[in-house]
Amino acid sequence: MNHRVIARLDIKGPNLVKGIHLEGLRVMGKPEDFASYYYENGADELLYMDVVASLYDRNSLKDIITRTANEVFIPLTVGGGLRTIEDITEVLRYGADKVSLNTAAIKNPEIIKQAAEAFGSSTIVVAIEAIKQNDGKYLCYTDNAREYTGVDAFEWAQRAEELGAGELIITSVDKEGTGEGFDIELTKKISQSVKIPVIAHGGPGKLEHFKEVLTDGCADAVSVASMLHYSYAAKNKSVNEFSAEGNVTFINSGKTFGKIDKAEIQDIKKYLSDNNIDCRYIK
Amino acid sequence: MSSEKKYQVAIIDYEMGNMFSVNHACKYVGLNSIITENRDVILNSDAAILPGVGAFGNCMENLNKLDLISPIKDFVASGKPFLGICLGLQLLFTESEEFGVSKGLNLVEGNVVKFPTETSGGKLLKVPQIGWNHIYNAKNDNHWSNSILKDTSTKEFMYFVHSYYVKPSDERDILTMTNYEGIEYCSGVKKNNITAFQFHPEKSGTEGIKIYQNWSSEIKNYKKKNNG
Repeated sequence: MNHRVIARLDIKGPNLVKGIHLEGLRVMGKPEDFASYYYENGADELLYMDVVASLYDRNSLKDIITRTANEVFIPLTVGGGLRTIEDITEVLRYGADKVSLNTAAIKNPEIIKQAAEAFGSSTIVVAIEAIKQNDGKYLCYTDNAREYTGVDAFEWAQRAEELGAGELIITSVDKEGTGEGFDIELTKKISQSVKIPVIAHGGPGKLEHFKEVLTDGCADAVSVASMLHYSYAAKNKSVNEFSAEGNVTFINSGKTFGKIDKAEIQDIKKYLSDNNIDCRYIK
Repeated sequence: MSSEKKYQVAIIDYEMGNMFSVNHACKYVGLNSIITENRDVILNSDAAILPGVGAFGNCMENLNKLDLISPIKDFVASGKPFLGICLGLQLLFTESEEFGVSKGLNLVEGNVVKFPTETSGGKLLKVPQIGWNHIYNAKNDNHWSNSILKDTSTKEFMYFVHSYYVKPSDERDILTMTNYEGIEYCSGVKKNNITAFQFHPEKSGTEGIKIYQNWSSEIKNYKKKNNG
């Protein structure tokens, strides 16, 4: 299979943000600009995650989705704060192709089934945000890893598949934003226990990490944020002048987080291709 | 305002899935697309698209309930350009093995079967296939040059999402082939005025948009030939 490289964009209000362990958000710029750039550079899909699930400010998310869908002809998944079938209908109408569910699905697993019946399984991505416990178990968290659920990540992955999820996106909260690499154990165990595709998310800082998770970790696809954002932001000074709100100190400083190398989509794909890992790499 | 006439395309709405991206791709290439379940609008359009995601049986049930089966068949019989996408390809076939056996529109002879759970090498096969895969011309002839793939190179990447695939009875109906983990299957058909794809050209980047552009030209050429 051709492994997908999915650009993930975390959104807060009108801004693209990036945090560590899904916290400490830094403003990066305007999401649509990053999205168009990744599209032109060969991203296989885009994933927009409304990280504050800001129910009071859905208008900016709506505008971002619509503006993106007008320019970008690859699949766009949207998640964060989707609670009901009506919420899903709405973001699909704005131009999303798929939705990602986490909190709502854990609170009410039947929504997976209802959504799969209403929109087709392939439209429903279930997001699992897992934290490794001291006893070695992986438990699911919701609300951007703020809420403990006590649900076992491996059991939940299988249940989500049974209920009709079309694919799973697995976030290791421990690794997210650190640059230390994906959680191989978590990804492998889930990917081998389900028949649907598994997207690995959280942790890449070097090109080798993608190879590792696609081979040893048995992931079908990868999602990447920091490495791409740092690269684009470094090249485009203008994006740094964009924001009127949020913490822009970091991005204006021109620094990157120590363990995270900058990379373009094409760098990742070339690396995979050079290592005989199939992907959509166009020279 | 462009003085050029916009051709009307009916995107057939049978309450199965998301029509936004198909609609958007049509508008992007200058077509006047309308999402509709109205039989008169469909039959009066210059071209029609049958999209769709979801289960084969549910889709046929909805087409039946909305009384859209005969307008689709009449539209195809009229000779005007007709495009099927994803489930809209599968529905054109005689029958599907999804949930027992479901009858299809039988506009292209053949059946629809599910991907196996393992590859021939005994490896777990991830289903649905979600992602980019090659389409290629298996016949080694120039039949793409007479189709809306005339500007597409063989082995071009397209975006797929599906668990079932079609098996045309008549090899001549096959336009493109694709190989998923060793399973070689038909990913596009062309039969008279029908062109249909398993992949989503509207989600396949600039290469996919090219296909819509060529389909738009096909509509224009058809109109010229038939209306003077």
